[in-house]
Amino acid sequence: MMYEIRFHGRGGQGAVTAAALLCRAGFLAGKKGVQAFPLFGAERRGAPVKAFARIDDEEIVLASQIYEPDYVFVFEEWLIEYAIEGLKKDGWMIINTKKKPEDFDLDCKIATTDATGIALSNNLKVAGFPVINSSILGAFPKVCEEIKLEHITQAIKNYWPGDIGKNNAHACEQAFNATEVKE
Amino acid sequence: MNAGGFNPNLKGLSQQEDLLLPGHRLCAGCSASIVVRQVLKAVRGPTIVVNATGCLEVATTIYPYTSWALPWIHSAFENVAATASGVVAAERAFERKKSEPKSDVIAFGGDGGTYDIGFQALSGALERYDDFLYVLYDNEAYMNTGIQRSGSTPKYAWTTTTPVGSVEAGKMEYKKPIDLIVAAHDIPYVATASPAYWRDLIVKARKGIEVDGPAFLHAISTCDRGWRHDTSDTIEIARLAVETCYFPLFEVENGEFKLTGRSRAIAKRPELKKPVSEFLKPQGRFSHILKNQSMLEEVQENVDRYWERIKKLCGE
Amino acid sequence: MILGISGDEAVALAAKQCNVDVVAAYPITPQTIIVEKFSEYVANGETQAEYVRVESEHSAMSACVGASARGARTFTATSSQGLMLMHEILYVASGMRLPIVMANVNRAISSPINIHADHADSMAVRDSGWIQLSCVDAQEAYDTTIMAFKIAEETLLPVMVLLDGFVISHTLQNVSTLSDEQILNFIGNERKSENILDPENPKTFGAMVLPDYYSEIKMQQIEAMDESKKVIENTFKEFGDLTGRRYPLVESYKTDDAEHILLCMGSAFGTAKVVVDDMRAEGKKVGVSRVKCYRPFAGNEVREAIKNAKSVGVADRVAPFGSYPPLYLDTKASCDGINLKSFVYGLGGRDVNKDTIKEVFDRLEKGVDEMFVGVRE
Repeated sequence: MMYEIRFHGRGGQGAVTAAALLCRAGFLAGKKGVQAFPLFGAERRGAPVKAFARIDDEEIVLASQIYEPDYVFVFEEWLIEYAIEGLKKDGWMIINTKKKPEDFDLDCKIATTDATGIALSNNLKVAGFPVINSSILGAFPKVCEEIKLEHITQAIKNYWPGDIGKNNAHACEQAFNATEVKE
Repeated sequence: MNAGGFNPNLKGLSQQEDLLLPGHRLCAGCSASIVVRQVLKAVRGPTIVVNATGCLEVATTIYPYTSWALPWIHSAFENVAATASGVVAAERAFERKKSEPKSDVIAFGGDGGTYDIGFQALSGALERYDDFLYVLYDNEAYMNTGIQRSGSTPKYAWTTTTPVGSVEAGKMEYKKPIDLIVAAHDIPYVATASPAYWRDLIVKARKGIEVDGPAFLHAISTCDRGWRHDTSDTIEIARLAVETCYFPLFEVENGEFKLTGRSRAIAKRPELKKPVSEFLKPQGRFSHILKNQSMLEEVQENVDRYWERIKKLCGE
Repeated sequence: MILGISGDEAVALAAKQCNVDVVAAYPITPQTIIVEKFSEYVANGETQAEYVRVESEHSAMSACVGASARGARTFTATSSQGLMLMHEILYVASGMRLPIVMANVNRAISSPINIHADHADSMAVRDSGWIQLSCVDAQEAYDTTIMAFKIAEETLLPVMVLLDGFVISHTLQNVSTLSDEQILNFIGNERKSENILDPENPKTFGAMVLPDYYSEIKMQQIEAMDESKKVIENTFKEFGDLTGRRYPLVESYKTDDAEHILLCMGSAFGTAKVVVDDMRAEGKKVGVSRVKCYRPFAGNEVREAIKNAKSVGVADRVAPFGSYPPLYLDTKASCDGINLKSFVYGLGGRDVNKDTIKEVFDRLEKGVDEMFVGVRE
């Protein structure tokens, strides 16, 4: 079974790294096929960016962008209208927000977590901007049972050795615990 | 002036084997082969030569013959410095990985390959501080393609792309001060030389080989075909270039400018300085200048201005 | 060991593991990760190679020429405009028979400027005397870079490894790596020091050759390119024996009984395999082949792969101006009598997705002779 995941963020928020981390987590979960790639225009810090990930039990040969994702990550609420495009009917939208899933009227399953708040409380910032990728990934094991929280926190710790990794993994756990879902 | 006890004399040099062998097809009276042979008298051990496209390259390696008794490579016109950087990088890698002793690297380029098309590659190599001696043999135009103007051609000189017409008379722009530009890269050694002063040239070449990091040797290189002079006048014109202060001899060691040889003597005794007309007279490329007093005066003023500038830099 | 790395990272790792002596390279998107990664290796003492941080791609290839002529195992990488700037010196490298390995991360050529996948760059230099080996993913980019050194040093021809910009270069995937020891046993610990700039045995490189000898010298180079096919095949085979990963000169998927075949290059092959499966599930007899060995052109193998099809769509990722695009022309010259149609897709990173591939098969089925796929009116 192949899962296709799409990330919608802004340059600097870490969407591209989030896709890569999810892949690495997939690999730790024993998946043979993992794939993560960004969609670059000429984006600079702050501009909208898209990134993609595929996770499969088998090797992945597909080399195109993702048009009908199973999951979308939304790093800022205003990106919902782009993220919903093509999302499968029973697909999940994971939103970085202080709001509850019930606050959204969308034709999909919803998970929410305050990734920005958690990132800031853990002082995860680059050039003054909160980097929310490690936090928002914490919501994923709540909505996809194939990837466990420990796979993600391990991938984070492998990617950032030392205290940085520990801080990010901690934020990820906090976000996991704070995630609310509506099927 | 010496380079670590290196003290060339005529007897010793005459017994030293030439590394640019006879039989090449450079013109009779061409300075390039004289400059190269003098430079190669200064080698201190295993040496690799890199050559830009130009007369020297074309005329010394016509397949299946070669005049080079050293390992030699020519790649293209504008990349002699970058090619040399690659050879130097290989030397460094082999030294590090296999403890092999490094060979010295000497690059030869003409004025086209140095002032113009090869300038970027040269500047890059200097900035990277790659350890090789770059020898510019400067005949002041694209002689290999038949006398077209370059960034080195002096003002008012005739070339086939700066003909003497009724509106324009020769090249309308000045010669690029390449030595000052190269020296501005803060490399350990920069020098000018003339084949008429062989000892000065050979010692400078040796210094350039010995320093750690890039060195640049700029040799004036007469071209009887392009300069329109008698083949027997080669060394005389190379001497007049210095005696008129058209081409001062100096060196820049770790940023310090110093006049050398004849130019130093002229700075001490200004009466030795000859008028530029003596340098111009034997050369057909300047014949229109000699017929035009105001043009001649302007050329003299330019020479004087440049000479004063160099003297000042050299603290004279 | 399996690593989650991008195509660019895989190439840099392979070059490092091949014990290169000199790297001379200049950054350009989407190749930049390769030079950044290699810089890290140098900065961390993970390689003893010299890295020449040149001021342009022209100088990158020139420094590679100097280093390789001196006997160094030499590597560089570029893309697009960078390859265009190197163009002149590519011929110098191949003419001097220098076994330089270069990764070209395929990207469109200006103008208009575009940083995405497109084969115009490597196709523009297809006749520069370099072997060209195309890849479909990061694993293959890693494997091919390793094989490239062996092929280059046995044939004395430079080798270009081609990987699609972003689609391969920036896509993270699992890459199964080899140990340094395995690799060096396979390619040899270092370059053989024959035919190099050697002070003990002075040779002249890059002499002036006039009409009395030029043809004969070019013939030697042409023959070397023709004969390299055997070396490439043998190298692929030995590598397959070592790793289990087998690369044919031309790879085919479900073509044996296929009525319609897509012939392509690069990353599109993977997506096309998925489409072939989908369409076969609907009862349609389709298949896909891809050219791995583009120079020398594996013409006989292409012919073998597609000869029984009713029609073959040859898909180029290059804008053709005033003629047909290159893969089509090469195929046409090798496949007399086969019903070929020329298609062009994926220019400047336009996604080659399942719909794109399906469109090609639909046109083949219906016999629609229309070249451009996925372009708005």
